[in-house]
Amino acid sequence: MEQFDAVVLGAGHNGLTAAAYLARAGLKVMVLERRHLIGGAAVSEELFPGFTYSTCSYVCSLLRPEIMRELDLPRHGLQVVPYEGSLNVLTNGEYLASYNNHDRQMREIRRFSKRDAEAYDRFALAIQRQCRLIKPMLLMTPPDPTSLKPRDLRGLAKMAGIFGELGEEQLYETMRFWTMSCGDFLDEHFETDVVKGHMAGSSIIGTALGPYSPGSAYVLLHHYMGEVDGSIGAWGYARGGMGAISKALASAAQAHGCQIRTNAEVAHVIVKEGRAVGVALKSGEEFYGRAIVSNLDFRRSINGLEWTEPLDPALKKKAADFKIRGSSGKLNIALDGLPNFVGIDRARNPALCGDIHYSPSLDYLERAYDDWKYGHWSRKPYLDILIPSLIDPTMAPEGKHYMSVFVQYVPPTLHDGPWTPAKRDAFGETVIDLIEQMAPGFRNLILHKQVRSPWDIENEVGLTEGNIFQGELTLDQLMFNRPIPGMAQYRGPRPGFYLCGSSTHPGGGVMGAPGHNAAREILLDFKARKLA
Amino acid sequence: MKNDVNLLPTPFTELLRPHNLAHSWERWEGKLSVGVYDNDVREYFAIRNAVSLYDTSPITQYRITGRDTARFLDRLMARDMTKCRVGQAVYACWCDDAGKVVEDGTVFRLGDGDYLINVQEHNLAWFEDTAYGFEVSIEDVTEDYCSLALQGPLSRRLLEEIGLSGIADLKFFRLAQTELEGIPLLVARTGFTGDLGYELYLAPRDAERLWNLLWAAPIAVRLVPIGSHALNYARIEAGFLQVNTDFIGAEHCLRPSQRRSPFELGFDWLVDLKKPGYFVGRRALEREKAAGGPRRRLVGLDIEGNKPAVDSFLYAGNKEVGRVTSAFWSPICKRNIALATVEAGHDALGTELRADIWTTKELKIERSMRSARVVPRPFYDPPHKKS
Repeated sequence: MEQFDAVVLGAGHNGLTAAAYLARAGLKVMVLERRHLIGGAAVSEELFPGFTYSTCSYVCSLLRPEIMRELDLPRHGLQVVPYEGSLNVLTNGEYLASYNNHDRQMREIRRFSKRDAEAYDRFALAIQRQCRLIKPMLLMTPPDPTSLKPRDLRGLAKMAGIFGELGEEQLYETMRFWTMSCGDFLDEHFETDVVKGHMAGSSIIGTALGPYSPGSAYVLLHHYMGEVDGSIGAWGYARGGMGAISKALASAAQAHGCQIRTNAEVAHVIVKEGRAVGVALKSGEEFYGRAIVSNLDFRRSINGLEWTEPLDPALKKKAADFKIRGSSGKLNIALDGLPNFVGIDRARNPALCGDIHYSPSLDYLERAYDDWKYGHWSRKPYLDILIPSLIDPTMAPEGKHYMSVFVQYVPPTLHDGPWTPAKRDAFGETVIDLIEQMAPGFRNLILHKQVRSPWDIENEVGLTEGNIFQGELTLDQLMFNRPIPGMAQYRGPRPGFYLCGSSTHPGGGVMGAPGHNAAREILLDFKARKLA
Repeated sequence: MKNDVNLLPTPFTELLRPHNLAHSWERWEGKLSVGVYDNDVREYFAIRNAVSLYDTSPITQYRITGRDTARFLDRLMARDMTKCRVGQAVYACWCDDAGKVVEDGTVFRLGDGDYLINVQEHNLAWFEDTAYGFEVSIEDVTEDYCSLALQGPLSRRLLEEIGLSGIADLKFFRLAQTELEGIPLLVARTGFTGDLGYELYLAPRDAERLWNLLWAAPIAVRLVPIGSHALNYARIEAGFLQVNTDFIGAEHCLRPSQRRSPFELGFDWLVDLKKPGYFVGRRALEREKAAGGPRRRLVGLDIEGNKPAVDSFLYAGNKEVGRVTSAFWSPICKRNIALATVEAGHDALGTELRADIWTTKELKIERSMRSARVVPRPFYDPPHKKS
């Protein structure tokens, strides 16, 4: 038995971020990871010789620059290389590309609609305004609107100030934006199916909502609010795959004396006199900490762990009701060469280095969602394909390529029972058939593939139902409602117990903000001598 | 259509290329435009002293046709557009309903129910929104035309020499739809230089033939292709505003506080509150006027010394009251001039402000506070412009 200042459950990127900040503040910190490797859903794995897969998360934009800087992550090996543009490849030989260059982007949309080309500026402006609004809130602890504590009142005043700057008209827009569907939002701006389909992808990724489900407009924003080197909305690759982020965070934490144990699955939270004081591993080994910090999702933290002193049944019901629905699957593929997408000049089109969508219309996405609702993977799915090896030379042998294929929608359990290897293969074939239509000859390039359903993601990474955001990003589960009202300030159901995962504000994506914010709250409690 | 380059050529690009000794190409709404051919001062003096040629093909153009065209334009624009006759050009601005300027541009009335609007930015979405309920058709015809601006005191002579015989009778801000050796030509006595000048609009297929006619004229020895830098100098002297430099269009402002009313931009003369009927922004502009006028004003400044007050803050005493948006040493006025936005109360002619000017010399940064006097615009207004 060893006594620590803080014991962190789970070495996901948020657990590591929290650990690094706590260690940096001089605390004695232990991180316990169930798996043999750290990173949670931000991992790089060599599953086929010479190829590095970003097996879960696959691109980087949301990771807060403040965190990279404060933890000196570049010195610990992190390099984020931006990529430009995206493609929406249709199976009829047509495609819509996005380019960084504004003129070229306008001209590209004009190929489909002059009106949509001009509407794009308005759309971009509307999104930018929402980004400006939300950015200052990301690293803020959500103030409790029912509280009269000076800190909460100050927080509310700060939020009011941010909203106040918008002016009346923009305030209305914001209220609408946070509650409306992405489909309605896009219909207000654009007239062309392919343009709307192209823009809508970000509103459904990781989300068990259709493009016409209310609340999906916010999810769009969630994917735009990141940045690379000050370029808002830009995305990049972590050189060496997403595991490079976890490695850099771990290295930063260890540089401050933090210890990390893998193959250490926590089974119990030890509660004494009402306080969370430690954890016990499955092996029986115990770790005591003044702060117990859970990187597990909310449902797992409350209901997945055994608490030596039982928790409130009403709370356990809320955790069971927490919306954390798996909706996505993934294929990681080693390729013998670059696929030939119909109509795309492989040598010259920079958009190929970015997201390659299959997303012909909102209607297509809504139908894909319908399949999910009734327990089947989308027979005609939405794809977000990336070929990181086009930019990152470390991902695959020269001339060969690593392809990441994010697929939506995929249910965590199927209408006719749980996932089986045969069903998983059938799901994989659905995806490969579609890519073959986008890029004839694709199938023959496949050297190795890994197919992952939400069931696989849950069982491997530990994300409930395979939900990549640790809980839906809908307004009822955002800000001071995340994960549930009254528990949004990173403090869990017992003194000494904290939540630091994406189930807390500001939510999912490889952002690090929940871990950063949780660490700040823990340090405040240490300072206030609330932690014995 | 292929879309594999960032900037497309205009019908004149290849004809301009041999003149572009500096190889200085820059962007103008997705098209190639020249910054400086060789020497911006020499190019500038062609505008004021001889005749200049500027490729204006990238300018965005909308053709408005249909039964309700005149009514629609009168709703859209703050000016009384019913007064615009066939063959007339009108400079106008249009606002959103909060009374903030969306953009400014020139409107050509080509015929009954047939107008052409020339603008910098794209306005299709805004025009279509405003056209709701009107029987009009709005078409982006940018690609249907290419154009050259021929500006300078010898520009009329050049056009006469190439055979546009009636050009002497074409009055300021009037149009002529004519034909020259089989080339259909729209000639407008307009420009962005504040000098005598014309703009010629034609079909892209005729670009080279017109080009050859121009250069075959005897006076073409005085013809100088100019880049955007020279044009910028001339337009500052003429007191013309450049969108995205001197103001941001309301449709493109990320920060609502950066939108500007026409009164704030000195576009008072483009707003006709007496015209019958509603125009977009009317009530807001009436309210602004009733509340004592704009909170800030765009003004011309005459600044002490010869260092251009680029981006300078302006002070009244120790209080910061504004900022310069365009500045340069005017060779024709022999004055250090600038366009600036200042808080109301500091905009009266003759007001003395101070400009905080930073200049770099061999890595040494010098800072000087120079007196800046509010003076009338335009800074340069030669009688031959309108004669």
